[in-house]
Amino acid sequence: MEPMRKSSIYFIYLAVNLALLFLLSIHALVAVKDAVYGLDLKAEMVKKLELTDLCLFTEARYTRHLSQTDFNTPFQDHPMSFEHFPSGSIVEPPARLRMKGDRL
Amino acid sequence: MQWLEKQRNIIDFTLSSLLRRKTKNIALMIVYTLVVFVLASVMFFAEAIKKEASIILRGSPEIIVQRLVAGRQELAPVGYIEGIKKIRGVQSVSGRLWGYYFEPVAGANFTLMVPEDGSEKGQIEVGKGILRSMRASEGDILSLKSYTGDWVVLKIKGALSSESELVSSDLILTSEEDFRNVFGISKEYFTDITLHVRNSRELATIAQKIKDLYPDTRPIVRDDILRTYDSIFNWRSGLLLVIMAGAGLAFIIFAWDKASGLSAEEKKEIGILKAIGWETSDVILMKFWEGTAISLSSFLAGIILAYFHVFFTSSTLFEPVLKGWSVLYPKFRLTPFIDEAQVMTLFFLTVLPYTVATIVPSWRAASVDPDSVMR
Repeated sequence: MEPMRKSSIYFIYLAVNLALLFLLSIHALVAVKDAVYGLDLKAEMVKKLELTDLCLFTEARYTRHLSQTDFNTPFQDHPMSFEHFPSGSIVEPPARLRMKGDRL
Repeated sequence: MQWLEKQRNIIDFTLSSLLRRKTKNIALMIVYTLVVFVLASVMFFAEAIKKEASIILRGSPEIIVQRLVAGRQELAPVGYIEGIKKIRGVQSVSGRLWGYYFEPVAGANFTLMVPEDGSEKGQIEVGKGILRSMRASEGDILSLKSYTGDWVVLKIKGALSSESELVSSDLILTSEEDFRNVFGISKEYFTDITLHVRNSRELATIAQKIKDLYPDTRPIVRDDILRTYDSIFNWRSGLLLVIMAGAGLAFIIFAWDKASGLSAEEKKEIGILKAIGWETSDVILMKFWEGTAISLSSFLAGIILAYFHVFFTSSTLFEPVLKGWSVLYPKFRLTPFIDEAQVMTLFFLTVLPYTVATIVPSWRAASVDPDSVMR
């Protein structure tokens, strides 16, 4: 049997990848549709309990409720305590604190 | 048909040429795929969490009023609630009771909260993260040390749903009496005040009126809360800047390596091709397919792997970064909200520069006399 041409192997590779991408985009569409119930449940809980933040960073008091923080909380643990929690590398201070002329 | 066959022949030749430098090109593809994988993972994660936050936090209180004393948040007196109620446009006002409790056994911070509809004294509902970190289950007893040093014994009557872990993992819902007993907060105070307004367009005006009425307060409107999560995984954040800089430098090295010229072997190859009758346009076409073969294959593999990483394995590789020093970390699976424009941007930023950087030096080599190139 004649060996398969290299270009055919390459096109098969591309086709498989594109098919996978297509399947993943279908997965994304279906998953977003399916997630409506879960998102509603979370939104309902947020409304009922009057929550303000995602429970992503529980390492420090001021990283747990990012939207409620102020200028002093990051520095209150120790006199030399500059921002040193890893989550400080992922999020910025709330826009409210970064606005000029609206300091506290 | 003839055109197609010509392209296939050129691709056959290009792939054979790439396979002659197998080790170098496979290493290149692995690095390329990894760069796309990291960038796409960050992109997918950031987009999904931002979108999810914007949907679920839409139910947050419209305005939260904090009281500040000497720049720090203090408890808000009950009297403020009455005062705020009188402001025109305010529909309802209530005091919120919540605070942090550090549990030394687990080494974790918990959020204690009093739900508005109340909770039975001596009983609590807890988030799944608390059950995991305390190795407890429903019906168990959880004792909290009060401000006097006495233990407040609470029975876990139920757990909050797993689906809601992203907002409830560290929550302890307790009764007002138990909350006040643990923290020693008298009935005249609340942690902060929340309010709902009749017309959401008046939020800014009402926030200003509250500030005028009680100058020691800081009103936080809902938009501020929603905007907070817009900056999560923003490229300007420290860690992201490092990742982006690393990926950017890797691309500059790729492009530099390609654009700074071809190896003697590659030049010789182009010379021979020209000598046996290939046109300059054929050589450029061959190099175009070479650039495309490497960059497109790596891009597709990187994007697919990133999708699996973020939405099927719950971003396992990011977990240590997100977890930081926290003991309690929620288990959650993100909804795949994909921004197609971002994927296209990543495509244009990765595939195009590499392909162009492959073509340009070959065009220069292909336009000189084959005899001088081969020598």
